[in-house]
Amino acid sequence: MAKVVGGIGTSHVPSIGKAYDMGQQEEPDWKPVFDTYKPVQKWLADLKPDVAIVVYNDHGSSMFFDKYPTFAIGAADTYPIGDEGWGPRPLPAVPGNPEFSWHLAEELVYNEFDMTVCQELSVEHGFLVPMNLCFPHEPNWPVKTVPIAVNVIQHPLPTAMRCYKLGQAIRQAVEACEDDLRVVIFGTGGMSHQLNGTRFGHLNTAFDNDFLDKIETDPLALTKLTHQEIMEEAGAEAVELIMWLTMRGALSDDLTRVHRNYYAPMTTGMGLIALEENA
Amino acid sequence: MAAQRDKSRTIPGTTIFDGVESRKGYRINKFAMSFTKPKNREAFTADEEAYMDSWSLSEQERQFLRDRDYRGLIEECGGNIYMIMKLGTCTGHGLYHVGAQLRGQTFKEFMATRTASGAR
Repeated sequence: MAKVVGGIGTSHVPSIGKAYDMGQQEEPDWKPVFDTYKPVQKWLADLKPDVAIVVYNDHGSSMFFDKYPTFAIGAADTYPIGDEGWGPRPLPAVPGNPEFSWHLAEELVYNEFDMTVCQELSVEHGFLVPMNLCFPHEPNWPVKTVPIAVNVIQHPLPTAMRCYKLGQAIRQAVEACEDDLRVVIFGTGGMSHQLNGTRFGHLNTAFDNDFLDKIETDPLALTKLTHQEIMEEAGAEAVELIMWLTMRGALSDDLTRVHRNYYAPMTTGMGLIALEENA
Repeated sequence: MAAQRDKSRTIPGTTIFDGVESRKGYRINKFAMSFTKPKNREAFTADEEAYMDSWSLSEQERQFLRDRDYRGLIEECGGNIYMIMKLGTCTGHGLYHVGAQLRGQTFKEFMATRTASGAR
């Protein structure tokens, strides 16, 4: 039987990818970002997952507002590196596991989560920055992946509770798979940030740290947050954080926190939490 | 149905990208999305006016593009920040240049408000 063995909540700030590609890992203001992922890389290397389910949003790479799905799942052999307007990053294409993706799609849709199934999907910073930071990838990635894209950029968005319940349904779908797969799940995006208006650059460190506390110990409290409350407190683009609830919904409450970090150097609260299933 | 937004309670200095904005911004966002193709970036760089001619943009949108007025494109024309960012490879203006404009500051003034501006 397949099982969920761990979850990671992480920001997916695009400038991290650019800094990585330019070899700026040791520069003083960037070093804290890259160094904090080292223990998570080590943990994942020991945990040996077969599949990473990555919950992220497409910022206009493979998806546009002509048809923007609320929930979508990748079901491709390979996910090419997308061009977001500045050329594809120099990363190897990311392997998928289409049989497992179709299994998840079937379970989720019959469990009333109506996913859009994508057989061609290029992946972009929302997906790639977390993968890049958490896994070695030269010459190839050590895990297969299932991208799950959530609309968090064009309102109306799914509610925080809906995202949490999607996570619960993902856990059931994983456990209904007869293959012995070890699965980790990523919830990506956030934390506090705003990228429009005169409030551009808004940060809320207290909100972010409270969110990091509660995502571990009291996720149900976070499912009660409305989009309005998240945006007022933490900035319009902070609503991406509802994707962390999908990750958390896919975990049990019998967890060990392996790592946690917070750093807010520029315009985004960069959070990281890694949770391992005890059983 | 629990309300997710309270439209009577506007958030100061904030535009929420919803159906109203997405309808208003459809043209400019589709134009900006075209910059995900190298041949379109090359065409814009080679002749901006000719490239803009090939899209049904309003004169206001065209003028904001000529002026590199990102505040106008986002706040007045419904531009989505993630789409507008795609113009950056051709215009040379990244997120923090756009952000400084949105705040009504110079780039340098904006950078001085950040705690570790080397991580840009």
